[in-house]
Amino acid sequence: MTDHFIEDKTTKVNVNLDNVGERVDFNDLKSGGFIKQRQKDLFAVRLRCPGGRMDTKKLVEISKIADKYSKKGVVHFSFRQSLEILYVDYKEFRNIVSELEKIGQKVASCGPRVRVPTACGGCEYNPNGLTDTQGMAAMVDQKFFGTPTPHKFKTSFSGCPIDCARTKEMDFGFQGIVEPVWEDPLCTGCTICSEACKEDAIVSDPDTGKPIFDPKKCIFCGDCIRACPTEAWKPKRYGHIVRIGGKHGRHPMEALEVCTFLPDDKVAEAIEKTVEWYNANGKRGERIGNAIKRVGVQKYLDFMEPVFKHGSPVNYLAPGV
Amino acid sequence: MSDIKSNAQLDLRGVMCPINFVKTKLKLETLEAGEVLELVLDSGEPIQNVPKSIKEEGHKILEVKKEGEYFRLKIQKG
Repeated sequence: MTDHFIEDKTTKVNVNLDNVGERVDFNDLKSGGFIKQRQKDLFAVRLRCPGGRMDTKKLVEISKIADKYSKKGVVHFSFRQSLEILYVDYKEFRNIVSELEKIGQKVASCGPRVRVPTACGGCEYNPNGLTDTQGMAAMVDQKFFGTPTPHKFKTSFSGCPIDCARTKEMDFGFQGIVEPVWEDPLCTGCTICSEACKEDAIVSDPDTGKPIFDPKKCIFCGDCIRACPTEAWKPKRYGHIVRIGGKHGRHPMEALEVCTFLPDDKVAEAIEKTVEWYNANGKRGERIGNAIKRVGVQKYLDFMEPVFKHGSPVNYLAPGV
Repeated sequence: MSDIKSNAQLDLRGVMCPINFVKTKLKLETLEAGEVLELVLDSGEPIQNVPKSIKEEGHKILEVKKEGEYFRLKIQKG
């Protein structure tokens, strides 16, 4: 039998999977993750590593499996944070998949479907992190991995406006933000917040030292909150800036911001509904950014209103001080 | 406020990030909990970064004074 879901873009030949073994779960193969190499019979096996996080015990076991099955004894850390075992003979698929399964490691995806989410370290250990990007990536991977879409659908989670996970280049990206509030009685006028703000959104009053806040310049990074010695600056709420329609590749596109301060508990709904819209409106082989360009972003926003109403509009400004 | 007595002083003018924070940490380790360290930091990156890190390590910033191009901070060990 042949399986065109195995990615083979260089040669456009289907891959013959006869005699690979009856115990191969073809549903697993169909979600991709076996990428043909230049070399005859050899494939890269892409592992499913949401957010690029892995426990060390599993990594040791994967290392043993990679050593056994990679004809060259090499792995590659993919651009989407997943480990790829290179130079694997396709006749070994059954064995490598079953050995990986024993240690609880699944194979990833390629082709027209929801891909493994990527994420930065997030608020668990990164001092800049505002959202639990790793938790979100794990949740999205569990709920949506492999869901068919008209073309590939890449998601990512950045924990702060530095945006290491490049949400502006994703089909659907979520970037953590925090809204700051300031309480006059706690402020000593020390001016640290105006020094800490890299956006010039806070200037200190020359007489009192107290902050003069320009909400138009605030990008919700939370540096003022972290720097304030007296907790006069506090977090009011956390959430995500939601971006859609970005991509890299031959013709990069920057994503559109479609919602701000979307709470954690609405992220799954946002993805579910967006995938629904994409499947209803996208043409086969068309990325969601192009579908939105063709259909009109307003149509998409109207469709998403029941979810995005739980956040704030894109032009939202924090109340001034 | 300004009569808070310090138990140790550290002038970090001209010291780059993150060495300034590491030096602060080492100095704080020589103090007892509740004792006060007086710190001088440059404006720019040092004042953007060091106070955040001090807070995150559980110490208290009691006082901040701007003196021209630098800042004088009083930090209570947590």
